[in-house]
Amino acid sequence: MELDPLLLSRIQFAFVVSFHAIFPVFTIGLATYIALLEGIAYRTRDPHWARLSQFWIKVFAVVFGMGVVSGLVMAFQFGTNWSEFSYRSSNFLGPILAYEVVTAFFLEAAFLGVLLFGRNKVPPGVHLFAAVMVAVGTFISSFWILSANSWMQTPAGFELRDGMVHVTSWLEAIFNPSFPYRFLHMAVASLLTGGFVVAGISAWYLLRGHATRANGRALKMTLIMLAVAAPAQLVIGDFHGLNTLEHQPAKVAAMEGAWETRAGLPLLLFAIPDEDTETNRFEVGIPKLASMILTHEWDGEVQGLKEWPAAERPPVGIVFWSFRVMVAIGTVMIAVALWGAWLLYRRRLADSRNYLRLLTLMIPLPFLAVLAGWFVTEIGRQPYVLYGVITVQEGLTPSLTGGMALFSLVGYMLVYAVVFTAGIYYLTRIVRAGLPESLDEPDHAQGRPKRPLSAADTPLDSATGS
Amino acid sequence: MYDFTYVWVLIIGFGVLMYVLTDGFDLGVGILFPFARSEQDRDIMMNSVAPVWDGNETWLVLGGAGLLAAFPLVYSVFLPALYIGVFLMLAGLIFRGVAFEFRFKAAPGRRGLWNAAFFGGSLVATFAQGAVVGTFIQGFETENFRYIGGPLDWLTPFTVMTGLGMVAGYGLLGATWLLLKTEGETQQWARGWAYRLLAALMVFFVIVSLWTPLTDAYVRTRWFDHLTWLWILPVATVLVAAGLWRSLSCCYEATPFISTIGLFALFYAGLLFSKWPYVVPPNYTFHDAASAPESQLFLLIGLLFVVPFVLMYTAWTYYVFRGKVRADAGYH
Repeated sequence: MELDPLLLSRIQFAFVVSFHAIFPVFTIGLATYIALLEGIAYRTRDPHWARLSQFWIKVFAVVFGMGVVSGLVMAFQFGTNWSEFSYRSSNFLGPILAYEVVTAFFLEAAFLGVLLFGRNKVPPGVHLFAAVMVAVGTFISSFWILSANSWMQTPAGFELRDGMVHVTSWLEAIFNPSFPYRFLHMAVASLLTGGFVVAGISAWYLLRGHATRANGRALKMTLIMLAVAAPAQLVIGDFHGLNTLEHQPAKVAAMEGAWETRAGLPLLLFAIPDEDTETNRFEVGIPKLASMILTHEWDGEVQGLKEWPAAERPPVGIVFWSFRVMVAIGTVMIAVALWGAWLLYRRRLADSRNYLRLLTLMIPLPFLAVLAGWFVTEIGRQPYVLYGVITVQEGLTPSLTGGMALFSLVGYMLVYAVVFTAGIYYLTRIVRAGLPESLDEPDHAQGRPKRPLSAADTPLDSATGS
Repeated sequence: MYDFTYVWVLIIGFGVLMYVLTDGFDLGVGILFPFARSEQDRDIMMNSVAPVWDGNETWLVLGGAGLLAAFPLVYSVFLPALYIGVFLMLAGLIFRGVAFEFRFKAAPGRRGLWNAAFFGGSLVATFAQGAVVGTFIQGFETENFRYIGGPLDWLTPFTVMTGLGMVAGYGLLGATWLLLKTEGETQQWARGWAYRLLAALMVFFVIVSLWTPLTDAYVRTRWFDHLTWLWILPVATVLVAAGLWRSLSCCYEATPFISTIGLFALFYAGLLFSKWPYVVPPNYTFHDAASAPESQLFLLIGLLFVVPFVLMYTAWTYYVFRGKVRADAGYH
């Protein structure tokens, strides 16, 4: 069998970026939460808040470390596998990615050290400042990287000269049409991810009667945030969808499983899209609802996939189903968040053990929703890497062979399997160890490194799991 | 039309040198790891670089993004040409990073695995970087601004030589760093390794310096057609190496490390001037490789504001973790 470097590179990119994405999406939300906890602790001088913050900083350190390591690969993968795309779009993407490094990565690296190990080394105000800087750094980082991604989806502010991108307006290119929606959607997704993890673990502790006062407060404030953010995400997602309809109608057609251009498009709840016959099998839908959502009119017309030649359509099935997975999880998140807010309002949260159990089960869901959402947007823009300008086929490294791509794909899978296993094992140990009893850190002297994972002192291997 | 290409040569040159020097010494510590006298010494060695290594590696990310921004041709030719080597380097850096984090958490009996990962990752990453240097000297098969060579063109006897030379060089940076950061018998041990690695490095220096002009007409013309001021570089290299050798014999602690930095700076200058103005030899110069002037300017303006701050807090980090690393204080 002939190895296809394009297919293998796409699988490798999807694998590496999916693996990488789950870490920042969590750390962005968590960094904000930690900064908030530090702020409250600073204002109230109440040790419960500082204790909570100290625990979550440990978790943050491990997750951030894994994000850094997997992010290193991302910085080079554009060049190794997609050199033609990188070269032709370098005049925009180069400065944007470089700005991310100098404005975000260095900032995070420096202040993370103070946040992780500096509680007893710097004045409380400086420590709080470090927490805020780390949170700001994660948002600056997502600003640049989402600007770059959005520009690939909805390119603007440039012209092509001899096939090379030349920027004509930096403002238009950076704040390209889909960027505000994507940035907001992702920022809120990060808050939801961080929020549901914090809520789930706090609930888990409450069920076990561990540090109930601190965890009860954590759960309370997280639920209030989630009750606002989860429904808000629905609205933001709707706007994002409308923006996609305007700029990438083929993607929306795939999301809706719509083959024919028609008025009164039904919202499909279930279907198996078949690309060969250009129809759906086992269709179950709500009449006219998709038209209502997309055009805000019951009889609004929505373009179907047949408007585009087969070669310019994205793969339909995976986009269609990823979108449903994302929306379904989003709906569950809204329901759970509102239920929690209601229990909170009725002051019955602490007695609702079933609800607390449900919260712990929610932990993996936001990660799945985020990955599903990225599958929709990335697979939905196929066959283009720079939408409407450069296809993935054209963007591929010309000298790349199938054998090379297979070699690196298998390699990264093996490497990440080790990293991920070790990381999850270690995170589990931190959570099992519980909140720190007091804030008196042992004096590490030289052993207070700023590197991420070592903030977590839980010994591995020594204790057996409980 | 304005042209900032030379400014960008300086900026990228500075960034790459910062990376080589800073990650160089912490990779070097990894290379020396299996030769440590005891597990306790390994703790000290790791702790001496623990606070700074991930900041050091950020310069590598900046190097990647900076090249894409300022000299995209370098990015889009080097990375495909070195596809396998880049994978090995990244895998090495990842394993090494993980080892860093988990060695201290592992039970003493299980540390061997992480020790091996730390050494192996450092060694492979260093070798790969040395091979990049060799590949740069060797040149790239290109056509119409694209790499058209094979997957293993980068792996030749010559690049194996430069890869090993880099191992000796980073090893020396690591040894002289430890000389600065440790005391007593550990320091004596580091001193012993510094002698050996300096000798090895100079052997590689001579071999590469002779091999390059013999096989590369462009380099031969540059150095041997007539006497140029470039000859200051090898003369200075020999003088600095001699000074470094002498400083190892006695009580100096910082001088060996600073001298090693000097050696690296001289090698680096020699390398650039040998090939100047070519950056993707043998076909493309810095100007051919440069991005559009408006892109160079857009990033340059931001860097002028941001980079001074980056340098300030980086320096501050080193200041916070200054002084000797001691065994009893090193555990975390």
